[in-house]
Amino acid sequence: MSQMLEIRWHGRAGQGVVTAGELLGESTMEAGMFFQAFPEYGAERMGAPIKAYTRLSSEEIEIHSPILEPDMVIVVNPNLIGVVDITEGVKEEGTLIVNTSQSPEALRKRLGFQGGQVWCVDATRIAIEEFRRDIPSTLILGVVAKASELVDLEAIVETTRETLGGKLRPEIVDANVRAIERAFEECTQG
Amino acid sequence: MVASQFMPLDGANAVSQAMRQINPDVVAAYPITPQTAVVQNFSQYVADGIVDTEFVPVESEHAAMSACVGASAAGARVMTATSANGLALMWEVLYIASGMRLPIVMTVVNRALSSPLNIHCDHSDSMGARDSGWLQFYAESGQEAYDNTIKALRIAESKSLSLPVMSCQDGFITGHGVERVGLLPDEAVQEFVGSYEPELTLLDTDNPITMGAWDFTDHYFEHKRQQTEAMNASMELIESVCQEYEMLSERPQPILDCYGMDDAEYAIIVLSSTAGTTRSLVRQMRAEGKKVGVLKPRLFRPFPAAQIVDCIKNCKAVAVLDRAISFGAPQGMGPLFTDITSALYVAGECDLPVVNYIFGLGGRDTTPPMIAGVFEDLEKIGATGDRGDLVRYLGLRG
Amino acid sequence: MTDNKGPRMDKPWQQVQPGGVVTEPGNSVAYNTGTWRSMRPLRDTEQCTQCLICWIMCPDSAITVEDGKVAEFDYDHCKGCGICMERCPVNIREPHSHTGEMGKVIQMVLESTFDNDNE
Repeated sequence: MSQMLEIRWHGRAGQGVVTAGELLGESTMEAGMFFQAFPEYGAERMGAPIKAYTRLSSEEIEIHSPILEPDMVIVVNPNLIGVVDITEGVKEEGTLIVNTSQSPEALRKRLGFQGGQVWCVDATRIAIEEFRRDIPSTLILGVVAKASELVDLEAIVETTRETLGGKLRPEIVDANVRAIERAFEECTQG
Repeated sequence: MVASQFMPLDGANAVSQAMRQINPDVVAAYPITPQTAVVQNFSQYVADGIVDTEFVPVESEHAAMSACVGASAAGARVMTATSANGLALMWEVLYIASGMRLPIVMTVVNRALSSPLNIHCDHSDSMGARDSGWLQFYAESGQEAYDNTIKALRIAESKSLSLPVMSCQDGFITGHGVERVGLLPDEAVQEFVGSYEPELTLLDTDNPITMGAWDFTDHYFEHKRQQTEAMNASMELIESVCQEYEMLSERPQPILDCYGMDDAEYAIIVLSSTAGTTRSLVRQMRAEGKKVGVLKPRLFRPFPAAQIVDCIKNCKAVAVLDRAISFGAPQGMGPLFTDITSALYVAGECDLPVVNYIFGLGGRDTTPPMIAGVFEDLEKIGATGDRGDLVRYLGLRG
Repeated sequence: MTDNKGPRMDKPWQQVQPGGVVTEPGNSVAYNTGTWRSMRPLRDTEQCTQCLICWIMCPDSAITVEDGKVAEFDYDHCKGCGICMERCPVNIREPHSHTGEMGKVIQMVLESTFDNDNE
């Protein structure tokens, strides 16, 4: 039986959304899974609202079009709520993951989202505390690992070490890993 | 058979990995979105000394293809890459490459031609070059783009053919989309492509020759006949290289990728990434008991006419999806459609209703519900016998 | 003319060299361009100073040199362009040995006047 998880990301250009989607896909490869990660290319400039998509599947992925009915929506930047339609097309049993200091209950009320699961994590605070910059995308993968059984925290940590290890200083890589693990622990569901 | 190693790669990077493994003698290229990543990654391999390639940074695509022609005439194994307006700027030299029978391999990351200015995917660039004497492969995914590039080199350099090959994939959709791509071991690719030893080269000073010379009224015609016959006769060669690569990689390498076509009543024919989107829908529809199918030619030049006719002749109605317009063609048909309808006519299959959908121009998204609409149209045609409009537009407002 | 030299109008398309590659170096020798000539250059060998400028300037290598001296015109290939006459720097003192005219060492004469010689 094929299992496919379709994820839509909302963020702002420059926040590492595309990288996070790729990292997520890559982390499932070790387990023999297939993935697609692709942004929606508009007129890109730093700070503009962007969408990106990630598909994870136990079988080869044939479809090559944007995700219309996501299983999961990840909101990297809380100030997009109200600016773009976060819950558009999301499946009834779908999952929302939002970077916010609010509670899942408050968020449900605000979005009018009754279905599935809502996970909240204060990713911006974790990012500022761990690496003093508001680049919360990657650490949200910790929440994805908690919310979906298709995604494994260990694999994400390992992929992050491998991918970032080539480019960044060890202490920065450690901070990223710590942030992912904190997101996994500190997120709340409601 | 050898095991592939899986890597997360976008389609452009998958091709530059294939180029790295092939390690060509010369790459002359000019950057243009969405091909840029191909050349950018590859020039990094050159800078890092990972490949032995002479990289020629040029001032235009016209110069890029000209340098490729010169290098290939000198006996080098030559590759390049481009998109859209870059391909258009190469036009003159495309014909020189094929007329001189130079086996250059070029990746085309398909993008709309200006104007109006657009950087997103359609096939107007490479479709415009379909008569230029180059073979053309079209890829559904980054994986296919990788595989096609390696096969293209073997086919191009085959002594019985000796023609240039374009290996196309959809800009952004697969070109910039990251997927799991299986790479063969470097040595396996090296062994598969072998070494390139042309019989006649400009640098063979013991056997001096002239290339690209004046060809008068007494010979030009004969050379063109030779060129078209080489293309016509290449199907067997292409099939055998595909089979050999399939054995090596354990990935199917059909010239026609058919799904559900054995008993399909309604079928869609489409190139590149949209074929995958269509197939995923066809799987669902067949699970619901609908006799539908999808046919994706991986090869467009030479055109596998007889094979396509065989595959679709028992359908009740067929839709051909074209990601390009052939302006001024009858009713503005797309290039894939005109070739398929002429193939049907030549085969005497004139009763099959075939309709044309122009889609996805300038990167317009093509989604499963749109394709489901095409199958609904086909069912209507099958039920009423009324073909209706010959050329339709998918995903267009109004 | 040997079998593998010069333009061949008889070869069917299957047998022409692919890509129009010319595989026989120097095969232009086999092409008798001398028939194009309407004017023939003639040299007064007595009054010639052997400056070799005509040999340098001839665009068809149709002036042959032996032992450092101009030997003769290669009329199989001379197209009669007249550059040799044009660039000849020597004004003769006696009438030209062939034409009887004053002027340069190399002078051009209507080719048709030699028709009888060729027959």
